[in-house]
Amino acid sequence: MPSKPAGTLYRGREGMWSWVAHRITGVGIFFFLLVHVLDTALVRVSPHAYNEVIGTYKNPIVGLLEVGLVAAILFHAFNGIRLILIDFWAKGPRYQRQLMIGVGVIWVVLFVPFVIRHLTHVFGG
Amino acid sequence: MSEIAAPRSSSRSRSVKGGGRNHSGQTNFELYSWLFMRLSGLALVILVLGHLFVNLMLGGGITALDFGFVAGKWANPLWQVWDLLMLWLAMLHGGNGLRTIINDYAEKDQTRFWLKALLITAALVIVVLGTLVIFTFDPCLDPNSTLSVCK
Repeated sequence: MPSKPAGTLYRGREGMWSWVAHRITGVGIFFFLLVHVLDTALVRVSPHAYNEVIGTYKNPIVGLLEVGLVAAILFHAFNGIRLILIDFWAKGPRYQRQLMIGVGVIWVVLFVPFVIRHLTHVFGG
Repeated sequence: MSEIAAPRSSSRSRSVKGGGRNHSGQTNFELYSWLFMRLSGLALVILVLGHLFVNLMLGGGITALDFGFVAGKWANPLWQVWDLLMLWLAMLHGGNGLRTIINDYAEKDQTRFWLKALLITAALVIVVLGTLVIFTFDPCLDPNSTLSVCK
């Protein structure tokens, strides 16, 4: 058993910070989703209106925001799987730290190729 | 206030405060909501990452997105079902996540009520609008369409 004062096993450590990050990324993704359904709905208005608005997604600044969005989605997705493993896998809580490292590894492996490809598109490669 | 359950423990999560009701008067709503977040989350990992891969990684990525791209995708019923499922699950998952956050941070009953009313309204509008768009989409709205159905 830890000799530290009660509460520090979770507070200020990866368990707490991943929870904070899960909330922040979740809220961000939710608000993007609202906007994204509205912009897609323009396909019912006219091809011109849709193409005009979707054109803003190809702008370099928005292109960088998309990198942030994908970074958030990848974290939220794999941290979510980590939560499921902690909840349902008997050994999950014991390995939550290793699972956190796993989330980081998968995140890098998927994020790096995405950034290279996406920025090549955005900055006209 | 009420007792605080151990975080993320399945057997006890029903005792997490739900709208301030006491233990005896509670339904299993919070348990089902907790389970739904995990099941829908798992499905969304596949739906959203598949969506991102096809739209941003394949072909011209973001530069290839236009009306014709959407028309080409929704000509295939698989992508209609894919997008419909993604829309519904993401709005329910995200809406339920925001509900949890409102419950956590909005302390006044009035504030919680109005924030949730706003949330439900927004989620409902988005789900209904998105569903209508998927099912009533007309690819031939584009006079230059090269799709066979428009010729």
